[in-house]
Amino acid sequence: MSRLKQLYNWFEMRLQLEGPVKEAALHPIPTKSASWWYVFGSAAATLLMLQIVTGILLALVYVPSGAEAWKSLDELNNHLVLGWFLRAMHGWGSNFMVAVVLIHMCQVFTFGAYKFPRELTWILGVFMLLMTLGMAFTGQVLRFDQDAYWGLGIGASIMSRVPLIGGPLVNLLLGGPIIAGATLSRFFALHVFVIPGALLLFTALHIWMVIKLGINEWPMPGRIVRRDTYVQEYHGLTKKDGIPFVPEGLWKDLFFSAAVLAAVAVCAFVFGPFGPGGQPDPTIINTAPRPDFFFLWLYAVLSYLPPSLETPFILIVPVLGICALLLLPLLAGEGEKSWHRRPVAILLLVTIAVSLGIFTHLGTFTPWSPIMDAWSGDPVPPKMIHDVSPLERQGAVVFQAKQCRNCHSIGGSGGLRGPALDAVATRMTEDQLIRQVLQGGGNMPAYGKNLSPPEVTALVRFLETLKPAGRLPATDASLQEQKAQGAAPQP
Amino acid sequence: MSEQKHVTRRWLLMGIGVAFNAVVGAAIAVPVIGYLLSPIKKKGTYYKWISLGKLDQFPEGQTRLADFVNPFERPQDGETAKTPCWVRRVSADKFQVFAINCAHLGCPVRWFPQSELFMCPCHGGVYYADGERASGPPERGLFTYQYKVEKGELHIDAGQMPTLADEAKLVTITGKGKSPCLG
Repeated sequence: MSRLKQLYNWFEMRLQLEGPVKEAALHPIPTKSASWWYVFGSAAATLLMLQIVTGILLALVYVPSGAEAWKSLDELNNHLVLGWFLRAMHGWGSNFMVAVVLIHMCQVFTFGAYKFPRELTWILGVFMLLMTLGMAFTGQVLRFDQDAYWGLGIGASIMSRVPLIGGPLVNLLLGGPIIAGATLSRFFALHVFVIPGALLLFTALHIWMVIKLGINEWPMPGRIVRRDTYVQEYHGLTKKDGIPFVPEGLWKDLFFSAAVLAAVAVCAFVFGPFGPGGQPDPTIINTAPRPDFFFLWLYAVLSYLPPSLETPFILIVPVLGICALLLLPLLAGEGEKSWHRRPVAILLLVTIAVSLGIFTHLGTFTPWSPIMDAWSGDPVPPKMIHDVSPLERQGAVVFQAKQCRNCHSIGGSGGLRGPALDAVATRMTEDQLIRQVLQGGGNMPAYGKNLSPPEVTALVRFLETLKPAGRLPATDASLQEQKAQGAAPQP
Repeated sequence: MSEQKHVTRRWLLMGIGVAFNAVVGAAIAVPVIGYLLSPIKKKGTYYKWISLGKLDQFPEGQTRLADFVNPFERPQDGETAKTPCWVRRVSADKFQVFAINCAHLGCPVRWFPQSELFMCPCHGGVYYADGERASGPPERGLFTYQYKVEKGELHIDAGQMPTLADEAKLVTITGKGKSPCLG
């Protein structure tokens, strides 16, 4: 017996792990389930390991103190060998993890894998998704910069909308009256101890159940899940047409996990770490806070909700959504698994995915946000004021000076909060323009108090020049009708 | 019979053991709930009168950015102990002190003296010079701090991040020298 074998036996005699490991590794899986579609769960687990390792390495240097955190991130980025790379790996690993977890969930949903007897596996998975998002949010806070600071402000503002206990909840979230050192400390505890601990425990149970209950078989139209026959049918399937998980299924998992790790490393190397942005000094107010990528959709939704709907929406919809996810396997635990026979499920998935995609896309350029420096940074294009009267040119000055540009674009630059004004003269008459400027409305502030009558006249004259060549200006139809009637001979 | 008794006795002892642990555990854990909830204080505890400095730095008819150090500062807070606010001097002894936080989701609003508007960079909330809501998603005007003038200095009652949860504290509808309700 070789030395190595002896050593192995010494440990095995004491650990007795060979039996359960062999059982787990060699358990039969349906042949068709050894598919590239089944690699996302293991990739998510690999990314979790990556996050733990890179997280520990970062924690060797990071200081979870409101006064020091930003400086320690700066040290990681700029003064330590590969500190920037580890931060980048952790940041990109986080993005990849959220993405892979979401893809894994979509795959499981599409393949009907949440049905009997895997309901609890799905339910644990829902909590794991929430924890993954929780890790992403708390991680963004630990990157203690301006975005983190004001992001916490948004979190506190949302909390404050909870009826009755909103105020205490804000203090609990912040660890005191304001966003400060105590806030960072508690988010550090959440990000480093509480959520990862729970996530690891849930992951262990999740994988345990996958091994014990067997991986979901490839859904076939007409193969109906029934509580009293399913387990028998599944075992029949794996007996008749099964292959051992190792190596038939595992090699694809290994390939994909390695590819994902390599992709994280390439992104980290090419794009570098995320931030930190400006120092978390609240008195620097010239900042436009943005959430991280996976919360952009929420940022978009919060800007489009009408004020009256906002609080109920923020407080009720997430609860309903989470309840729906948790109840899904309990209410739809039987029946068809195949996507060919589940049109409602697939339509729902596509609708949610497209909506999230659109909101995220909007979140990348935030058309609802005024561009705070457009009034001073984006001049009126010279060709627009080339052949205009002095009064109209004065109007262009008013247009710039009164920050109209922050919300209205002309010539392709400026804010998108309000409509672009390149052709406003074809849409609105002089009277309508004056009324809109003075009284506002339709989500525009009233400028009546802030503009002198000459300024209004100049501004409206300038706006009336804003129409594409060859297009007629807007006219008041009723006024013209009156004029026409006045001119026509009375019967 | 005797064997059954044995088992019963041991189960009983185990039951007592569990109960003993529960009692000790509860005795230790219950006070710790107080530790966890310690950031929650009685209404008004997180407020103190703070000076924003001499009156002459706030010209009449203008709105200026001021900042103060939070009265409940801790050493690890660093820069985050500072809080900015907007001071509008309406007349010699009439002020409005607005919180920096947008009433929508708490982002920092910026003052534009040319158009006399506060604008929020996050979701586009806009407020008039007197703090009243002009447009966008906020459901009310800017939060205001109570103020008083003492020995030529402007003092405000501040310390807690203003949110919709404690607007009762932050908006006073009546009272001399205080801001009108803007909501």
